[in-house]
Amino acid sequence: MKPVYLDNNATTQVAPEVLDVMLPYFRELYGNPSSMHSFGGQVAKKINNAREQAAALIGALPDEIIFTSCGTESDNAAIRSALATNPERRHVVTSRVEHPAVKALCASLSQQGYRITEVPVDKNGLLDMEHYENSLAADTAIVSLMWANNETGVIFPVEKAAEIARAHGIPFHTDAVQSAGKIPINMRNNVIDMLSISGHKLHAPKGVGILYVRRGTRFSPFLIGGHQEKGRRGGTENTPSIIGLGRACELAAANLHIENTAVKKLRDSLENALLKAIPQSKVNGDRINRLPNTSNISFEYIEGEAILLLLNEYGICASSGSACTSGSLQPSHVLHAMGVPFTMAHGSIRFSLSIYNTEKEIDLVIEKLPPIVERLRSMSPFWNSGPQVCSGK
Amino acid sequence: MWEYTDKVKEHFLNPRNVGEVENPDGVGEVGSIACGDALKLSFKLDKDKRIKEAKFKTFGCASAIASSSALTEMIKGKTLEEAMKISNRDIAEYLGGLPEEKMHCSVMGKEALDKAIENFKGAPAVKPGEKIICECFGVTDMEIERAVRENNLATIEDVTNYTKAGGGCGNCHEAIQQIIDRVKAEEKPVIRPKLTNIQKIRMIEESLEREIRPSLRHDGGDIELVDVVGNRVLVATRGACKTCKASDITLKNFVEAKLRELISTDLIIEEVNNP
Repeated sequence: MKPVYLDNNATTQVAPEVLDVMLPYFRELYGNPSSMHSFGGQVAKKINNAREQAAALIGALPDEIIFTSCGTESDNAAIRSALATNPERRHVVTSRVEHPAVKALCASLSQQGYRITEVPVDKNGLLDMEHYENSLAADTAIVSLMWANNETGVIFPVEKAAEIARAHGIPFHTDAVQSAGKIPINMRNNVIDMLSISGHKLHAPKGVGILYVRRGTRFSPFLIGGHQEKGRRGGTENTPSIIGLGRACELAAANLHIENTAVKKLRDSLENALLKAIPQSKVNGDRINRLPNTSNISFEYIEGEAILLLLNEYGICASSGSACTSGSLQPSHVLHAMGVPFTMAHGSIRFSLSIYNTEKEIDLVIEKLPPIVERLRSMSPFWNSGPQVCSGK
Repeated sequence: MWEYTDKVKEHFLNPRNVGEVENPDGVGEVGSIACGDALKLSFKLDKDKRIKEAKFKTFGCASAIASSSALTEMIKGKTLEEAMKISNRDIAEYLGGLPEEKMHCSVMGKEALDKAIENFKGAPAVKPGEKIICECFGVTDMEIERAVRENNLATIEDVTNYTKAGGGCGNCHEAIQQIIDRVKAEEKPVIRPKLTNIQKIRMIEESLEREIRPSLRHDGGDIELVDVVGNRVLVATRGACKTCKASDITLKNFVEAKLRELISTDLIIEEVNNP
């Protein structure tokens, strides 16, 4: 059974065009780009080509692109670089809804004596800009705010936030892992200093990422080693994946309009049909300032893991913010920060689409999900007794 | 993705006895929507006082639904005395095991059963003397203590996996640790068989060689067993230990502690003048 893959914010399939350009660099063109001989040199040329392709996707200059191993490495490198180059500054500003790559790093920094401010969001997941501006301090070393949220797809006004940080003389980093390739990004029109991208979220393979560092930004490398990436990231280049990522960036630029038309249309029809067919269901997150591919819906009085496993029986892949899927017993920190009540948070399902999804696949979900919800509700002790107020116990 | 056994999957996909028994003899409700899982168990007895019918309604994940389904199957046909003997381990075993993080689902089944039986007997839902320890998930000291005892839990994380207690704000971690410590302290010390003199000497020699000498030699020292008189272990220090001012502390805190741990708590180390 071919899966109906609606979990593209978790990872994406490698585009066939991407795989094609990668394969020669596993087989015959295995040279090291740092070598003096032309056998290696030809690979170096392809890496530079990939750097240009990546730069083009976000309106950057090629020398502002550093290839890394993943989005998490890019986030860690950016934040740690800001701390290393501003050692007298001991404060970091971030948000309550960041990806663990930033959130857990900040928690770790907090144990090392840094002050961390997590800016709150409102019930729609939108950033509290006033709180943000007030939290900037004289010793703030860096601001790190995600461009778009991985769970809800809600978009933060990071370009505006970067201007505010710049006015205070504070470097600004954004985790753009979910937004790259889904919404337009043009670094020529903003003052963001550093930006992270992950390959496998835009149809490149896993194990490769990008850190954009604006020209003139002070940078201290995270991985210290050879002179690769102009000494900003040691370690022999992951040549096939970097070359694949370059091609994926080129494709993403070409497909950006599809994301915002056809994919968005599919997402909207899925969302509207489910809301109509299933009573007491609700979209989590602002429906306007949102990625075109993401829909996070809560179905009240049932639990997300059970929904996912029943969808799995039909080969439908999605994800959930429920406590039971996290391994931590805590429902999603993102929904929690938005004040989504427990009755809703446990039954949240995230669908995230890609350009490879079809109308037929969406129709299958629209057909299968309502009876699944009904079935689980019929088993739930809270459903028949009607809506009740959650007392916390 | 969780590693569920086929039996868990089967009970999740085809749950037995979903619903509520009409005119039940006993009803037990545990958990809450805040916790992420809740179970309502109801049963009816036949004229022989055996459970004739048992049904459940569960809000929760696949393993919560499977545990509830398993529980209703397990208690059917049993007397209440027999049913009360079912532990959360039995429920988990019936399902071929549960992931460690999901053990609380089986505990929830056990608790619902107890409450339903108490309800039948007319006992109050919350026992006097019980105290809520985990405010987030409403878990009492008795519930934690029982989980610790029955499953031999050693850490706060274990307790959270089994009861959910401590999985929220974390304010109760200290109180949970105290319960673990209390239960552990009650456990009887390990009874070692009485050793003959020759066995004792042999074990001391072996322990010195295996556990103690390597550490001492690392610092250029050594130790020699001179004699064993009753529980007095007479030793002589060698090498760097011989001239070390702190060697008596090493003998007491390291050598004696180690021998007591490995052989007998009665042993006393004594240093004898080097011959």
